[in-house]
Formats: sequence, structure tokens, C-alpha cells
Amino acid sequence: MTETAVRFLAEIQVSLKPTVNDPEGTTIAGALGNLGFDTVQSVRAGRYFQVMLEASDAVTAEEHVKQMCERLLANPVIETYSFKVTALEPA
Amino acid sequence: MRFAIVRFPGTWSDRDCYRVLHDVLGQEASILWHRETDLSGYDAVVLPGGFSYGDYLRCGAIARFSPVMDSVVSFAEAGKPVIGICNGFQVLCESHLLPGALILNDSLQFRCEWTHLRRDGGDTPWASAIPAGDVIRIPISHGDGNYFAEPGTLDELERDSRVIFRYCDEHGDVTAEANPNGSQRNIAGIINRRGNVLGMMPHPERAGEDIVGGTDGNRIWTSLIEAGLAAVR
Repeated sequence: MTETAVRFLAEIQVSLKPTVNDPEGTTIAGALGNLGFDTVQSVRAGRYFQVMLEASDAVTAEEHVKQMCERLLANPVIETYSFKVTALEPA
Repeated sequence: MRFAIVRFPGTWSDRDCYRVLHDVLGQEASILWHRETDLSGYDAVVLPGGFSYGDYLRCGAIARFSPVMDSVVSFAEAGKPVIGICNGFQVLCESHLLPGALILNDSLQFRCEWTHLRRDGGDTPWASAIPAGDVIRIPISHGDGNYFAEPGTLDELERDSRVIFRYCDEHGDVTAEANPNGSQRNIAGIINRRGNVLGMMPHPERAGEDIVGGTDGNRIWTSLIEAGLAAVR
């Protein structure tokens, strides 16, 4: 990387699309109900990733993270993703 | 025929496929490490079952980027026969050679049991010797075999006769009770548009000798072998 590269932390969330059944989430919701949390209406399970990367600027970092999501981290057939990219202090 | 059986890190059914294809059916077969990229010496490719890369991220998601997969995609696009069994089906979906995805079983259980499959759909060399409506008995062994696709994709699969196997009872009736994993429309196996690529969750290689409980799986292999011989004649 060039000397002007900045370190970024990408926090990525991947979850099943609303149209896809989530048996794991449904089971967790049931368990919460059994514990007495009768306020719980539903649960959707998902995945959370922290990716450290270097990029020249935030826009470039976001573009890289978007491609990571679309090519590998999420399967667009069944999942959606969202992420937040934060610049870190230089080491 | 010359079969290439691909082994990824974590594949577990490669030896079973070899046993049935080579020892039982007398075919040429080789087990190929996933770093191989030359498929030019083979007539058919088998992506066997297992837990490639530990099922990390999603089943089949990492294997899809193994070196061999570019060659498998080219092989399939050339119209040559490719079968993905169980984890191999998941790899084919992740590679977009087949539509949809396999998600967690609705029971949340790993299911290892015999299932009945009804032959539906149109022409494919992988099931050419199995008449429509026939029921075959083949075991499943998976935790993520719940076939999902958007309704429009499912309708397209049905319209194009690409659902080749459906979970059914022993009489061939497609019922909710016969569905072991929650798959939409009881789908157990589908083909691509050309019919040369078949993905299925049940394991034909585990139904290849009487001693393991049945030989119906061989009807899939012999379909392809006979179709291959017919093409050469």
C-alpha cells in the first residue's frame, strides 16, 4: 500500500432475506419465550464480520467491502447485508 | 467412462463414489485434489458430499473458489456431464451453475436416513434410464439440505421440467411428511437448462450395493453410462 493508505474497520452484518425461513431464529425465539421473555415477537439470526483493511480513502474502502459482500460474504440468493466502515487512527 | 471425482479439504464421500464407479460398475475413475485444473481427460465430473472447508461461512461457499472450480464451470458450460451430490449440490448452487440455495433443515436436525424420490421433470443424461414417475430409494445425510429459491425461480424450474427428483413416500406421493428437510416443493434434485448438470442432496453412491441396503443409486450412474455409450454409437 502507499504511504497515504488509511486503515479502516468494516463491520458487516449478513442475514437471511425476509422471504427466507429462518429456523434458527424461530427456535431462538421459542427459547426466549420459554425463559419468560413474552415480549419477544420474532428473532432473525445472522452473521457479523469485522474486516480490517487498508485503502486510500473511505469511498474506496466501502467499494472494496461491497465487493467482498457480493462475491463471498453474502449469498444474494438468500441473504442481505449491511456494513459500516470506520477509519482507524494510524498505528 | 472416465469419471473425475473432486476432493476438497473436508470432502467425505469421494471414496464411496470411487468404490461404486470403479469397483462396482467397472468404470475408470480418479480422485482429483481440488488444486488440479486439467479436466481434459475426463468424460464426467463428480462433486461428492462432505463438509468442504468445514462448511465455514456457508456450505460450499469457499470450495466454489477452489482452483478446480473454474475448470468445472468450463466443463459444464461445454455441455459435459457434472453431478453435485449433497455438499457438491451446495457448491454448484454457490457457483451459480444451478439456481437457488440449500439452507438449514427446518427441523434443525442433521438427517441421515433413507428417502424415496420420485423421478419428475425432463431429459437429462443423469436420469435417462429412470422413467418419469418411478420411485427410487436413496439415503440422505445432511444438516443443510433445505432447498430454497424465490417463487419466480421455482415456477421457472417447474415450467422447464428441471425438477428431476422430489421427496415422496414409498408410493410416489409427494407429501409434507415425506419431506425430510423443508425443501420447497419437496425438491431433492434439479438440473441446469441444458440438463447436463444435476445437483441432488441424496447420495446415490451410498445405494450401490445390496450390503448397504439397496442399489437404486446405480440407476443414476448407469443412466449416464448408457447415455454416453449411445452418444458414441
